[in-house]
Amino acid sequence: MTSHGRSHGALAAGIALAAGAIALAAKQQNRRRRRDHPADDAPGFTARRDFGRYEVVGRSVTIARPRAELFAFWRDFTNLPRFMENLTDVSAAGAPGHWVWTIRAPAGQSVEVETRIAREVDGELIAWRSVEGSDIDTEGRVTFEDAPGERGTRVGLIIAYAPPMGEAGRAVAKLFRREPEVQARHDLKRFKMLMETGEIATSARRNDATRAAKMENA
Amino acid sequence: MRALTWHGTKDVRVETVDDPEIVNPRDAIVKVTSTAICGSDLHLYDGVIPGLMAGDILGHEFMGEVVETGPASTLRKGQRVVVPFTISCGGCFHCRVEQYSACENSNPVEKQDASAALYGHPMAGLFGYSHLTGGYSGGQAEYVRVPFSDVGPVVVPDHLEDEKVLFLSDILPTGWMAAENAEIQPDDTVAVWGCGPVGLFAIQAALAMGAARVIGIDHYPHRLELAHKLGAETINFRESHVREALLEMTGGIGIDAAIDAVGMEAHGFAIDNIIDVVKQKVGIGIDRASASKQALLAVRPGGRLSVPGVYGGMTDKFPLGALMEKGIQVRAGQTHVQRYTDRLLAMIEEGVVDTTFLISHTLPLEEAPRGYRCFHDEQNTWTKVVLKPGMEAQQ
Repeated sequence: MTSHGRSHGALAAGIALAAGAIALAAKQQNRRRRRDHPADDAPGFTARRDFGRYEVVGRSVTIARPRAELFAFWRDFTNLPRFMENLTDVSAAGAPGHWVWTIRAPAGQSVEVETRIAREVDGELIAWRSVEGSDIDTEGRVTFEDAPGERGTRVGLIIAYAPPMGEAGRAVAKLFRREPEVQARHDLKRFKMLMETGEIATSARRNDATRAAKMENA
Repeated sequence: MRALTWHGTKDVRVETVDDPEIVNPRDAIVKVTSTAICGSDLHLYDGVIPGLMAGDILGHEFMGEVVETGPASTLRKGQRVVVPFTISCGGCFHCRVEQYSACENSNPVEKQDASAALYGHPMAGLFGYSHLTGGYSGGQAEYVRVPFSDVGPVVVPDHLEDEKVLFLSDILPTGWMAAENAEIQPDDTVAVWGCGPVGLFAIQAALAMGAARVIGIDHYPHRLELAHKLGAETINFRESHVREALLEMTGGIGIDAAIDAVGMEAHGFAIDNIIDVVKQKVGIGIDRASASKQALLAVRPGGRLSVPGVYGGMTDKFPLGALMEKGIQVRAGQTHVQRYTDRLLAMIEEGVVDTTFLISHTLPLEEAPRGYRCFHDEQNTWTKVVLKPGMEAQQ
């Protein structure tokens, strides 16, 4: 990802832009209708381009479990901290389909962002977007499609994110910029481990070592 | 507990470390009764495998008694088990198609990046074999935490002593898969580079699979003698020109299949191998590949090359032309141990396969550093070292 200048534009416009970035990143079929998308069949997020002031991260993983099972697990957002390293908690907010994510930030800080479900197709897709007035302007989508043969389900995750303003925002930006692709890949692989084996692999010889490693990551 | 730990090139020590615990639900804790030093441990001892950290517990050939089980383990306390060196989850795509050593879920996520960068895909988790393969504590210790204990460990009956079944953990199935990868046909002549434990088991397997002739290549007289006893003809590469000998022994045809049971630290007189030795010493270019290079030139057109020997990095001056122009098929890889264990255990019980001839020395775990030194320096007579944590140290 390239670095971006900080914009002071209206937040609403920013959210609209995030939606644009993620649509571009998700683009696979209608590429020829988009002037600014490379003319090949690669996923948009692998393009050698940047997405304006948005960080866009896309990764996919194939999991040897049925699509419906994976969809159901993800749809309960409180499950996400079990495999997403930077999340300490996700809990239901007041309105239906609204969730409050607590994101780990450096130096023991944490940041909260409220999202709402932007779109949901049963068994296929869940998209979420930060609500207006949020500290962080972000959008994400996870897709589930049958993998070829007996391989299970292909899970695709795309997250678009504008480096936010304010003290906490800068902290999150720093965190996100650490290595967002690596983070996304690790999170999806942990999801795969949990779904395929019921546990997340560790070479720790003792439980205190596992706890120490988690603290270190925090 | 006491454990053999790595501290640097040719520096291994037996130290007191924390006992392992059940960490994940499918874990078991095994109290080790026998554990062996593998030829591939010597690559670690020589410091040519990247990704080791001071204090890492080595060892990937071990067996023992189940003393603790996690809630999702299918093992019971008191069972005797041999533990495969490859850690496999049983649920991913590769495990399901019996490519156990390519398990996608056994190498912890944060450890996968290094091997993914080197090879394009991450490696599976292995016991005691550097942080590229998970950084799992190994079996040259009193106790081992065994993940996915419902998939890997082979329960062995009490009447088979340790020495008969220990090598199910690695070298016996590795030799077997090496021969299988050579796709042996009746009337074939197969040459095996390296008559160490894997090479010797590959010779045994190749003959069992119906090869008409097997030729073992090494430079240690005692190892060549063991190969001869198994029924192989031999070439001592310090006495004879290997390629010329192979061509003449086959009436100018060349060998039908080659097995490289040497790997990355090949000895050899060829000029490119001497250059490779220098590169390895200064840290550029990891693999000395003279065995594979020579094998490719010795195999007849349309023949096969099987590579059980360990390579970790890159090599140059590789005869890619010989590979292509002669149409040679190459198969390689870490052993899919779990694919072979049941079959081989049955053959051991029937007395068809014997592994005890290989063991030259049995030492207490406390003397493991001496075991490494002698296995490394005196390869002619130290063919296989078995370590016993319970055994009294000789003073």
